[in-house]
Amino acid sequence: MSARYLPYILILPVTLFLCLFFLYPFVLVAQQAFGSDGGGFTLDNFKDVTSHWKFPISLKNTLYLAAAVVPIQLALALLMATMVSRMQKGRDMVLYIWTIPLGISDLAAGIIWLAIFEQSGFLNSMMSGLGLIDRPANLLTYQNPGLVFVAIALAEIWRATAIMLVILVAGIGLIPKEYYEAAEVFGASPWKRFTRITLPMLRPSLSTALILRVILAFEVFAVVQALGGTLFPVLMGETYNYQFDLLNSEAAAAVALVILAISILFTLLILRALRVPKGATI
Amino acid sequence: MSDTTPQPTDARKAGRYVYGAAVFLLCAWVIVPLYFLLINTLSSPEAVNSFPKSFIPEFDLGSLTFFANFAGMISALKNSILVAVLTMIMSIAIGAPAGYALSRFDFPGKGTFRLLILLTRAFPLPLLALPLAVMFIRTGLDDTVFGLALVHTTLAVPFAVLITFSLFSGIPLELEEAAWTLGCTRLTAFTKVVLPLILPGITASAIFAFVISWNEVFAAAVLTIENRTLTAFLLQNLDSSPLHLKFAGGFILVVPALIFIFAVRKYLFAMWGIANR
Repeated sequence: MSARYLPYILILPVTLFLCLFFLYPFVLVAQQAFGSDGGGFTLDNFKDVTSHWKFPISLKNTLYLAAAVVPIQLALALLMATMVSRMQKGRDMVLYIWTIPLGISDLAAGIIWLAIFEQSGFLNSMMSGLGLIDRPANLLTYQNPGLVFVAIALAEIWRATAIMLVILVAGIGLIPKEYYEAAEVFGASPWKRFTRITLPMLRPSLSTALILRVILAFEVFAVVQALGGTLFPVLMGETYNYQFDLLNSEAAAAVALVILAISILFTLLILRALRVPKGATI
Repeated sequence: MSDTTPQPTDARKAGRYVYGAAVFLLCAWVIVPLYFLLINTLSSPEAVNSFPKSFIPEFDLGSLTFFANFAGMISALKNSILVAVLTMIMSIAIGAPAGYALSRFDFPGKGTFRLLILLTRAFPLPLLALPLAVMFIRTGLDDTVFGLALVHTTLAVPFAVLITFSLFSGIPLELEEAAWTLGCTRLTAFTKVVLPLILPGITASAIFAFVISWNEVFAAAVLTIENRTLTAFLLQNLDSSPLHLKFAGGFILVVPALIFIFAVRKYLFAMWGIANR
């Protein structure tokens, strides 16, 4: 066997696998979404789905949640990453603790925050311990839409900041130390070093982190199910409802394509906003 | 903050306190919610539903026993483990060769291949479960552990490729070449020289694949009906199950994740560093 064909033989299994289970399903989902019973091309599924009263609310909720969560996570992850980069003692320990949520599923995260926000939960217990309330209030109800939103946002921030942190820490590790030394020689303040060296040099990592995080934010599902249930409809939950409760897989496919379209749109926007100028390398 | 203050040493000391406090607070932000879950898990069902809550666990196994005896829970747990193990094996078996190819060869089409791998990360992958549900019904893979493991492998395999790529890149080609000159074939050089060096890293990426599958909710809930995994089972019963069941279930979900992240912590950063390029 010649070395010329070896790499192709080695990548063949993954390529076949991804074609069958990644590319082909996207063709299928598009077929399902645009297909009519007669077999022709139709936009009826999209019309049905978007005209349903829950669709605008789910879309709004999904986008608002992403808009509230992602910037906070970005700031928090940047803060944590820079804190870790100048840490000498206990760096491994702190990094381990901060990356724990990386291994925790969204469902588990939802359940964890439910322990805090439910009626007999720890938030109520704490407030009654401090004498702020007499009896436990039911916090996660339709009367408190703001609180439901806050609970879900907190759970998301808690769970998914770690993924950005890991990418940014890895990215900061790739920035040559000489730049910082040079900046220090010229008397640049820590803030200036951060804005003039870390941020521009971190651009590829920032775009990876943002793309990954934003797409995950549009996929938000189990956290919402655990904390808000039907109180806070999101797009992914609607997909699940169509597929499972209403047994309408064409409609589910249509919502799925809407999520996909939003994801691709934002991926392109982020890539464009954070693109590294041609010819510039680290 | 330090340039204009009259006593720079004091300012620096204050800065260090603020820094230490911030690190501590951020650690608490991660750990305290986990601790609350632990309290609820290690309390009797009555204590979980009572008010106000104690902030110290009473070390009662009532909730966990209830969880273990709940109809379908143990088989769901078994399914979760089975799917995750299958995912682990499949993603390494097909991902690692590709990682090796990426690190050792320059070949036409390499760029396209890397793009395909990276592309998987720009798509909401759990949505794939929808069309696959139809495809699986046709092929008889619906509601099987193997079918779900195939979908989870799609989620995990890009990571397996990227991690093994970075691992293989860390082993100098000269080592392999030395083995060749000493009479090894490409295969024996790989099994005798590269594999022993790479094994811990392969284990780490296998563990990562396990965690991805173990945590996945949406595809599991869409693709299984009778053979539910733990996540799918918990999700399905969110409305109807009592609080202590939810918390015990959540705890069982979290524990392997804690151990696994600890086991792979060394590789997390290397892997993402290379994935950015």
